[in-house]
Amino acid sequence: MDSSGKENNRNLLSILQDIQKEYGYLPEGKLREIAVMLGISLIDVYGVATFYKSFSLTPRGRHHIKVCLGTACHVRGSNRILKETERKLGIEPGETGENGEYSLETVMCLGCCAIGPVMVADNKYYGQMSPTKIESVLKTLCEKQCLSKEK
Amino acid sequence: MSIKREIKRIQTVSDLENLRSRIIAGKSSAIPSISLCAGTGCRAAGSDEVTDAFKGEIERRELQINVQLKETGCHGFCERGPIVVIGPKKIFYQGVRPDDIPEIISETVLKGNILERLLYVDPLTDEKIIYEPDVPFYKKQTRIILGANGGIDPSEIEDYIAIEGYSALSKVLLQVSPDKVIDEVKKSGLRGRGGAGFSTGGKWELCRKAKGDVKYVICNADEGDPGAYMNRSLLEGNPHSVIEGMIIGGYAMGAGEGIIYVRDEYPLAVRHCKLAIEKAREHGLLGDNILSSGFSFNITISMGAGAFVCGEETALIASIEGRRGTPRQRPPFPAQRGLWNKPTNINNVETWANIPLIMKNGASWYSLIGTEKSKGTKIFHWWER
Repeated sequence: MDSSGKENNRNLLSILQDIQKEYGYLPEGKLREIAVMLGISLIDVYGVATFYKSFSLTPRGRHHIKVCLGTACHVRGSNRILKETERKLGIEPGETGENGEYSLETVMCLGCCAIGPVMVADNKYYGQMSPTKIESVLKTLCEKQCLSKEK
Repeated sequence: MSIKREIKRIQTVSDLENLRSRIIAGKSSAIPSISLCAGTGCRAAGSDEVTDAFKGEIERRELQINVQLKETGCHGFCERGPIVVIGPKKIFYQGVRPDDIPEIISETVLKGNILERLLYVDPLTDEKIIYEPDVPFYKKQTRIILGANGGIDPSEIEDYIAIEGYSALSKVLLQVSPDKVIDEVKKSGLRGRGGAGFSTGGKWELCRKAKGDVKYVICNADEGDPGAYMNRSLLEGNPHSVIEGMIIGGYAMGAGEGIIYVRDEYPLAVRHCKLAIEKAREHGLLGDNILSSGFSFNITISMGAGAFVCGEETALIASIEGRRGTPRQRPPFPAQRGLWNKPTNINNVETWANIPLIMKNGASWYSLIGTEKSKGTKIFHWWER
């Protein structure tokens, strides 16, 4: 009914945000710990964790890629960016590749529509994307870290 | 630099005015300035590399004291980023690349020569435009809210104080009663900038009249409509204007705590907001007994987590309370039962940023701008290709 009186929830979102940042996802064990710590039921924690798009219950890859599908990016062809990224990485939004290298997510509007279509790779923004540019973005990520690991 | 080092709590209005005079005296307008747009749009276009190149070149030529480099918030013309404006004449360069920097310094900054290849070309007339105010995009705008963005570094509270920042707050806290503040906001004709356009003064009055010792004010920065980024531009570029507006609102409505609810898709806005709150607190403009007025006010940040619906006020409140962001029926309205069931007033970022201007310049000044039924300016944007 009226659960707004439950002040125990107060820090739930920021705790989940911290864990998401630290681990790259929300491990089940942590969710259970939080429920005990805040004195709320696990289902409440799970409910919040699954309501908000920024949280993930499965581990994200070492490189996390977001493709904006907001309206402004959409009309500029963000679908083609997404399809090409999916094809290159062999994963769909919400998934992490088998080797744990990449994960893919779609977002709705990053607030820089003038330079759409936009994609974000490891927190760096790339504007005016085209399917042909994806290769070079992925290459930059690869060069930074995983070139030696891959082959 | 000497001013920045000695952070002294501002305790009285004369402390604030003294600091303001010292900051203004320390700024020499004679030396050329480089205003670098470092908003989200320009960053995506490569402004970080441009900034590094400027810093490197200035250091290499030992020009630190001859040139003033400023990383600012969004200038608005994201499509043409990275944008660089050279003062005092406001020479406007667009699509700037790191390779251009040595020449910009040697030719434009030091000699005043124009680099034609970096100028904006008006697509309608093919004319090259040299100065920022002449660019058609800016020419027809009345930028009372976003206008300061190009001239201030959002991470420096001194820059905001230099442009009369927090003078509305000092005037309000010491000379104007809460009821008079609400009257003034009502008279100004300001309507909520979040979309619904409800009278801001009217909304404030409802919250002021609501019974309760504990009240809250909230800044709604969960902007997520397609193509909309005026709130991002404001929080990134001039966060103190929003903070000042919220403190004034808190005073008028009798609230001691403010919360900025900002979406996590705006990391730069979050960072600048946090920094601005910290600086305001360090300077004594937030916290206990602000300017020895007896009024205390605090602001915290609550971050969204990727839920579009949380821009709706009851969903937003649920989210701050750590619950799923599901809207509920109204009434009761937040002014009666809001955050933690206490009377709460929620205004949009842009609405808050209007408040200092209204209180500083007066409702009659403000109501000269705008249409018959809706006063002031409205930020909007378009994009073309």
